[in-house]
Amino acid sequence: MAETAITKPLATEIPVESLAVRMRRRARLVLALRLAVLVVLIAGWEFGVRFGWIDPFFFGQPSGIVLKLIDWFQNGTSIGPLWKQIWVTIYEAGAGFLIGAVFGVLCGIALGRNRLLSDVFSIYIKVANSIPRVVLGSIFIVALGLGAASKIALAVVMVFFVVFANAFQGVREADKNLIANARILGASPWQLTTSVVIPSALSWILASLHVSFGFALVGAIVGEFLGAREGMGLLIATAQGSFDSNGVFAAMIVIAVVALLAEWLLTTLENRLLTWRPETNAGE
Amino acid sequence: MTSPSAIELSHVARRFVTPSGDVLSALEDFDLAIAPGEFCAIVGPTGCGKSTTLGLIAGLAKPQAGRVTLFDAPVDGVDRRVGFVFQQDAVFPWRDVLHNVMAGPLFRGVGKAEAEAQARDWIARVGLKGFEHHHPHQLSGGMRKRVALAQTFINNPQVLLMDEPFSALDVQTRELMQEELLQLWAQAKSAVLFVTHDLDEAILLADRVAVLTTRPARVKSVHSIDLPRPRDVATLRYDERFIAIARKINDDLREEVLRARAGH
Repeated sequence: MAETAITKPLATEIPVESLAVRMRRRARLVLALRLAVLVVLIAGWEFGVRFGWIDPFFFGQPSGIVLKLIDWFQNGTSIGPLWKQIWVTIYEAGAGFLIGAVFGVLCGIALGRNRLLSDVFSIYIKVANSIPRVVLGSIFIVALGLGAASKIALAVVMVFFVVFANAFQGVREADKNLIANARILGASPWQLTTSVVIPSALSWILASLHVSFGFALVGAIVGEFLGAREGMGLLIATAQGSFDSNGVFAAMIVIAVVALLAEWLLTTLENRLLTWRPETNAGE
Repeated sequence: MTSPSAIELSHVARRFVTPSGDVLSALEDFDLAIAPGEFCAIVGPTGCGKSTTLGLIAGLAKPQAGRVTLFDAPVDGVDRRVGFVFQQDAVFPWRDVLHNVMAGPLFRGVGKAEAEAQARDWIARVGLKGFEHHHPHQLSGGMRKRVALAQTFINNPQVLLMDEPFSALDVQTRELMQEELLQLWAQAKSAVLFVTHDLDEAILLADRVAVLTTRPARVKSVHSIDLPRPRDVATLRYDERFIAIARKINDDLREEVLRARAGH
């Protein structure tokens, strides 16, 4: 009797297989709907232009943007080959990002660990943080010239404060219990910093890196707007100067692809470094 | 007493300044001495300053008045002979079990291979063999407490401070952990100061139970628990002697709990 009770599935029980099938079906549905939204938006824009509701002079046209991109890839842009412009901007943003992030992390940890230093400097950091730092771009162009140095400097300034503030906060938020435990287990102040404070600040720091690569790109591009001989910012400025809205949008798409690639790299790095964290159901 | 106490607090006071500028006294004129190898439990109303006492002995905080000594030497900063098991999880979430247990020896300058050998031994002793490479979030609350015990005992503490270590565990797990602790303590022979709000737990484990007053805390009374060892945690609480002791101390404690409530 017991055997039959076990082998006979309950009426309400859902077989595991069908659950998996359902989940797959749902994933496909979401993907299809996402594509649909994209198609509707772009088709709406394109037909809006063709039927004369949207003025392509101001707002461009999807087909025009695609043609522009193809033209840039095949024949180069008005200021030189497209790859060159992309590379220059990536180089400026990347260098600024690295320098700013490294300094931000170092300063954040040093200040977070030292009560007196943090009390003295916290007021200046607040002030510096509230200044619209993009304005410094003008100074950097004057001081460092039209080359890459001025853009890198602007990107550094943009990145530094974000990373610094997060590293500082992460250090201050480190669990008091963990610190007390490490001290009693015998950790020296240096060991405390390397084996408790930095690991616990790491998720704060990595979170700030996500945001700040975007800032580094903004810094580099704004720098190029203000005065440059090459780069995506100059490309946009040139397109703007010739009333080429398709060119502006095309450059925007190229920059977005760069930003997404960087984001993907940072997420990979984050997952590599934070394997100890409980799996969160990251719903994309 | 001729031999020095493992822990001694005499006329100790610890005061805090609240954000509103008032001075709050956690401990006042606090006296307590614990002999080497003795298991002493502290019970008292919530928020009476039990944890503060442990912080002073561990060297995490300094008293405003009085003397705190370990083996007759005044406490000055964190002492290597002290072990501390915390109420909340204090194992490092980014390290696996093995590296959590290895932390103490490594901090203290033991070589890597030696530290790992010791750690593997302690992991086996607390029954976590096979979980060396699990991270804390993959373990249950009881298992994380075992990691904490191994992490502490591996340093061979002569003085072991425990701040309500099992209060977050369910009743069955707590009983197991109490048994485990008694076994570890019987081998390590350290002096233990065990803070708890659970009177049964205090009597089951300790040689002496100190009852604290409401804030500012001082020792109201000390009760010797002359129940034979080894003790069976699971059945002892139904023993008549246990019940008699519990009733006596409970009256004492209840007075303070009521006074604490009246004060708020």
